[in-house]
Amino acid sequence: MSKARLMQGNEACAEGAIAAGVNFFAGYPITPSTEIAETMARLLPKTGGKFVQMEDEIASMGAILGASLAGAKVMDATSGPGFSLKQELIGYAACAEIPCVLVDVQRVGPSTGQPTSPSQADVMQARWGTHGDHAILALSPWSVRETFDLTVKAVNYAERFRTPVILLMDEVVGHLREKVELPDQVEVYPRRQPKCTRAEGYEPFTPDEDLVPNVADFGTGYHIHVTGLIHDDTGFPSGSPAVTEASIRRLHEKIARAKDILLTEESFLDDAEYAVVSYGGAARTAYEVVAEARRQGKKVGMLRLKTIWPFPDEAVAALASRVKGILVCELNYGQMVGEVRRAAAGRCAVELCGKYNMQTFEPQEITHALTAFMAGGKA
Amino acid sequence: MRKELRLSGSGGQGVITAAIILAQAAVDEGKEAVQSQSYGPEARGGASKSEVILSDAPIYHPHVRQPDVVLAMTQKAADKYYKDLHPDGLLILDEQLVPNPPAFAHTIRIPITKLAVEKAGRKLFANIVALGALVHLTGIVQFDSIKKAVANRVPPHTVDQNMKALQLGWDAVSP
Repeated sequence: MSKARLMQGNEACAEGAIAAGVNFFAGYPITPSTEIAETMARLLPKTGGKFVQMEDEIASMGAILGASLAGAKVMDATSGPGFSLKQELIGYAACAEIPCVLVDVQRVGPSTGQPTSPSQADVMQARWGTHGDHAILALSPWSVRETFDLTVKAVNYAERFRTPVILLMDEVVGHLREKVELPDQVEVYPRRQPKCTRAEGYEPFTPDEDLVPNVADFGTGYHIHVTGLIHDDTGFPSGSPAVTEASIRRLHEKIARAKDILLTEESFLDDAEYAVVSYGGAARTAYEVVAEARRQGKKVGMLRLKTIWPFPDEAVAALASRVKGILVCELNYGQMVGEVRRAAAGRCAVELCGKYNMQTFEPQEITHALTAFMAGGKA
Repeated sequence: MRKELRLSGSGGQGVITAAIILAQAAVDEGKEAVQSQSYGPEARGGASKSEVILSDAPIYHPHVRQPDVVLAMTQKAADKYYKDLHPDGLLILDEQLVPNPPAFAHTIRIPITKLAVEKAGRKLFANIVALGALVHLTGIVQFDSIKKAVANRVPPHTVDQNMKALQLGWDAVSP
């Protein structure tokens, strides 16, 4: 391990990207994500990569998709307003199966909102921001060190599944500086390669055993056609109902079948009668409250979600079967709480502890909500 | 050991930079440290606040609950942030920029910005003067640690002036 240092969440994101092999970053600055672009601009030239500041958010997303098709490992970072602009190209990357990581350091919205203030209100946009049936992967870190780790995972997942991966950060963690020690090396998932030549019948979108195609990079001697139209294994558009159905099913299944990507962390849950579910920066305050409640002898535990999408249904369902109630703590008007209710499916009570006034949770706010909830009242 | 500090003023006074340097010095000493900030969309002139928590144990909730130390570099910041100070806490004020000190028992008034202008040469060094005083008053990190953290953070050609500013703050108080 390298030496302990003081590092900001946004810097750790950039460090994680470099460690995972990202060698192309195109971006357009926006608070509270700008330090990611600044750090990438500083680090990439030293590691042989390229940094481009594009003319706007849409162009920067387009640039990383082009670079990815040409063999680069790519990332872009933004916040809510930019996230909205990039949605069409996120769908394009999902359909054309282009590996890419997009970081959204959430701030208060809608629209320009409160540019410098924390929020977690892009949870549903991360899932459904782009149109049409599609799967998505989204990870949400709660600390500076975990931002490094989950950025590495995001890059690896993008390559493994050939899909866009959203790193759903928030201002709390993005701008937080804390003591970290970063690993000298991380596990890196290499770019998938064709398993046969053109003469042997290579088709770029033929799925491998894990349902992910080994699309050749441009410039490696293969003929590739890329389109946002539904396409068959050749990569050319198809008007066939059977191809369309199989394609949409495969885009979902290649991610849905991978259970190892559903990352969660349990604390104090062994004999818990009530549980808090939280994620990202909000989970730091929730954890402090739960730990304090435990010290006072209350049977409370916590399930923290690191993977937001696909939603960890089984973990939440299992939790709902063993506790009397789940309190969902999130910095928004109520987004993930709906998913928790769906997964809990009536097995226990589910209540929201939400906040959307530009400020992060104060511990006593969650304590009050939890106490009321455990007493049988509303949170 | 857990200490909570709030450094406040207006955008451009360098309170965020001062907080980062303080947290860095603590990390260099092996302590757990988190530093956070809140500021308006303006680059200059809006309210600016930065918080540092130092501890021996991991820090989860990353914001100050009841500060042990508040530094206020404007009247507005002083009026707003002294209120939730720990009764045994310390309020450090810029003497000229906070002409009406709040009624708090443990208040220290230092001509922070005046010293920066008259002795260090520029208003710009006020945050480092404040840091020197704060570290001397609280003993929260070693003087050598803060010196090193300042030197590593500021532009190389300003290191000498910053060292002078830090010493000015240190000498302006006696703990």
